[in-house]
Amino acid sequence: MKVVKPALPSPDKRWKIVDAKMRRFGYQGHALIETLHAVQQSFGYLDEEALRFVVKALHVPPSRVYGVATFYNFFTLKPQGVHTCVVCLGTACYVKGAERVLAAIERAAGIKSGETTPDNQLSLLTVRCIGACAIAPAVVYDGNVSGKQTAEQAVEKLKGYLHNAA
Amino acid sequence: MLLEELIGIAEKQREVRKQICVRCCMSAGCMSSQSAEVKTALEKAVAERQMGDLIEVRRVGCMGLCGPGPLVSVEPNSLLYEHVTPENAGSIIDALTSAGPIKAERCDPQHPFFTRQTLVVRANGGRIDPERIEDYIEAGGYRALHHVLTEMQPPQAIEAIIKSGLRGRGGAGYPTGLKWATVAKSVGKQKFVVCNGDEGDPGAFMDRSVLESDPHSVIEGMAIAGYAIGADQGFIYVRAEYPLAISRLQVAIRQAKQHGLIGSAIFESTFNFNVDIRIGAGAFVCGEETALMASIEGKRGQPRPRPPFPAESGLWGFPTLINNVETFANIAPIINRGPEWYAGFGTEKSKGTKVFALTGKIQNTGLIEVPMGITIREIVEELGGGAPEGAKLKAVQTGGPSGGCIPAEHFDASIDYESLTQLGSIMGSGGMVVMDDQTNMVEVARFYMQFCMEESCGKCVPCRAGTVQMYHLLAKIAARQATMKDLELLEELCDLVKNTSLCGLGQTAPNPVLSTLRYFRNEYLELLQPAG
Amino acid sequence: MAVKTLTIDGKHVGAEESETILEAATDAGINIPTLCHLDGLTNVAACRLCLVEVAGTKKLLPSCVTKVAEGMEVKTDTERLRKYRLMILELLFAERNHVCSVCVSNGHCELQSRAHQLGMMHVRFQYLYPNALVDASHERFVVDHNRCILCTRCVRVCDEIEGAHTWDVMGRGTASRVITDLNQPWGTSESCTSCGKCVHVCPTGALFEKGRSVAEMAKRREFLPYLAMMREGAR
Repeated sequence: MKVVKPALPSPDKRWKIVDAKMRRFGYQGHALIETLHAVQQSFGYLDEEALRFVVKALHVPPSRVYGVATFYNFFTLKPQGVHTCVVCLGTACYVKGAERVLAAIERAAGIKSGETTPDNQLSLLTVRCIGACAIAPAVVYDGNVSGKQTAEQAVEKLKGYLHNAA
Repeated sequence: MLLEELIGIAEKQREVRKQICVRCCMSAGCMSSQSAEVKTALEKAVAERQMGDLIEVRRVGCMGLCGPGPLVSVEPNSLLYEHVTPENAGSIIDALTSAGPIKAERCDPQHPFFTRQTLVVRANGGRIDPERIEDYIEAGGYRALHHVLTEMQPPQAIEAIIKSGLRGRGGAGYPTGLKWATVAKSVGKQKFVVCNGDEGDPGAFMDRSVLESDPHSVIEGMAIAGYAIGADQGFIYVRAEYPLAISRLQVAIRQAKQHGLIGSAIFESTFNFNVDIRIGAGAFVCGEETALMASIEGKRGQPRPRPPFPAESGLWGFPTLINNVETFANIAPIINRGPEWYAGFGTEKSKGTKVFALTGKIQNTGLIEVPMGITIREIVEELGGGAPEGAKLKAVQTGGPSGGCIPAEHFDASIDYESLTQLGSIMGSGGMVVMDDQTNMVEVARFYMQFCMEESCGKCVPCRAGTVQMYHLLAKIAARQATMKDLELLEELCDLVKNTSLCGLGQTAPNPVLSTLRYFRNEYLELLQPAG
Repeated sequence: MAVKTLTIDGKHVGAEESETILEAATDAGINIPTLCHLDGLTNVAACRLCLVEVAGTKKLLPSCVTKVAEGMEVKTDTERLRKYRLMILELLFAERNHVCSVCVSNGHCELQSRAHQLGMMHVRFQYLYPNALVDASHERFVVDHNRCILCTRCVRVCDEIEGAHTWDVMGRGTASRVITDLNQPWGTSESCTSCGKCVHVCPTGALFEKGRSVAEMAKRREFLPYLAMMREGAR
């Protein structure tokens, strides 16, 4: 069967990365999750334009694409803030007081887990377990893991973020 | 690649080795405490002191004791340093030549945490550079694959695994050899080998550490499995939360391909085997094998009823072998040293060693590998060093959200599949979270139920709607608003969800409640309102 | 085709080896309650109402996907099973906003008739009262998420019989919802052929035809066995 390749949504170079990923899988439907990873890595989130492009390129029903995109925690349909702060809520972190750390961050940033500050500087997220249990509680600031966090340390770190952004 | 070339690589490695090797842990745990900067500082110190001919600084994988990281070890001097900083790293080099005092903190490598361990899966952890295939080959890597391909027929390889007594290290403990034999017997024009690296249990990081520290051991184990069952394609499913493990695997697969250790006509035999990575996207249920396969196929990770089992109808309907990371990492050592050697560790029904992630309220946190049959007390008190000052240990949680809490009075129980099940918990993948008397058990049960509720895929009714109701009842009890009637309803629900759910996630979701009710019922009763 | 003999609730039954326990029981006039199962669609074993006890195994087995075997002893109506089925129904009623008195399917609803059949008197669980929406954007049909039990019959009929795959499920756990295309109003769906099969396989009043008032929405499913038979013949 000849593969009909849809045109890239825009000249934005990032679409080429997404397209390359799909090509590696021969534009087959089972590349869906890998493709969504590539979109999110390139654009930060999955918007409607991207989802529609993936639907066409992989010949997967739109409802299945949406179903997959919303099944997995890792995918987000909303743009994220400039900085991200991910609090691990695994068991070891929980036993060592991660909930207190999260509560302090929520108070300081004025947002709840899963939200982004109105100035779009910080997104606060939680995660099931990042496997940094020996140095619990762990918080991931902009992709970098910090272990043995206290509420005070976390809030201090965040101040830096919000201050720098202002 | 031929055996001579393999030996050649190992010999060349030995020739270029320097007299002193300074190893710096570059696993995710230590890297979060600046071990990359420490390594740079060590290298700089060696260069400044012009000791490059004598001392080598090597990136290595996890040394196990993750709590006081970053760790640096020095061989052959058997020195170990903890909490090393970029500032005091140079003094480690100075001390080697008596040029200055050691400013880094010493750590005792003779501590029971290290001496009580038996290293099989983690033998290369903290010793080899995980990003250099030459290091793995020098440590004897890919010799087992060569042996199997040139000296054994597939049934003999399966026989060896059966004889070793190895059981699945992902949690359920199904005999690995029997699983291989079933897939080998299945008929299909294609077969697959899948490595389950979706280590979802919170509090567990054994598989992360194996993938970060010794990725080739997993690839070699998968290739041997492929030969034994007649598969030419393998997939490693790794969770997206482990970026370092993913990148080290990518490097390892590329190197193995370049060296002809995976790919076509491996060791000039007729055996072909390729390995690809699939990255998870954050769903605990994908650790269940049918959900994991759905996810590899690019679908929602929802389990389906078994039978048919993956051994008959797995990925895209083809016979598929699924084992977890630690299981595959055991394969090459079993082939190299013989099934009898492996079966010499452990108990009658649980052979070999098991890696545990020791965390929570305990002195020494990190990874340990111990023979099956060791007691919880030995792990907690000897290796773990007991409770932190002033605390009193209350329970150990094993098996994550599918497991249970084992109270202190049962700490003398032996660690094997059967006795943990008898105690109302499970072996699970190896997470061991220690709790002290500050921990409220109703809260622990609520914590796990929230986890199961949020990770339920939503397919079957008992798990989808039952976990929500159990969570509400636990929250009601914790808020001192519940009566005896609510507790009875909770127990009825536990029974329902355990016996009627479609997959393992639902069937085991009540375990944290049931085990805390079994051992700490008073904590529940104290919170109840009098019936009115 | 080999024939297997087994007993279901003490009754001796003969069935082809490819048949499920549910099919064998139905043929023998033994009723096992179901919700997600529908003749002509693949089985997903999701509702767990059809679980039965089989001698020799501690696990309860979903009769819709478990094949018959020689000498099998099946029990479909024990006290334990009745208790579990009742609780599953209670869980479903508490999960969304099921109000029979104002429902178009009142009197024609499978959820309602199961509850009646199994003698459900009240719900002991806390009602979750989710904020579920009604989408009436389609010119002929309506989806009311308050009444959806996530049996996925609509998803399966649309994919397996109509071949449109307009429906799927989004989210997970109790937050799951059936969706059309990219979770857009049904009326704007580009893949929907407006065939109405989903409406008629829906066991409750979650999917219905516009213009129907309380108790007026009886479902017509004759097309499904007919289509299944025609396809079987074409093979």
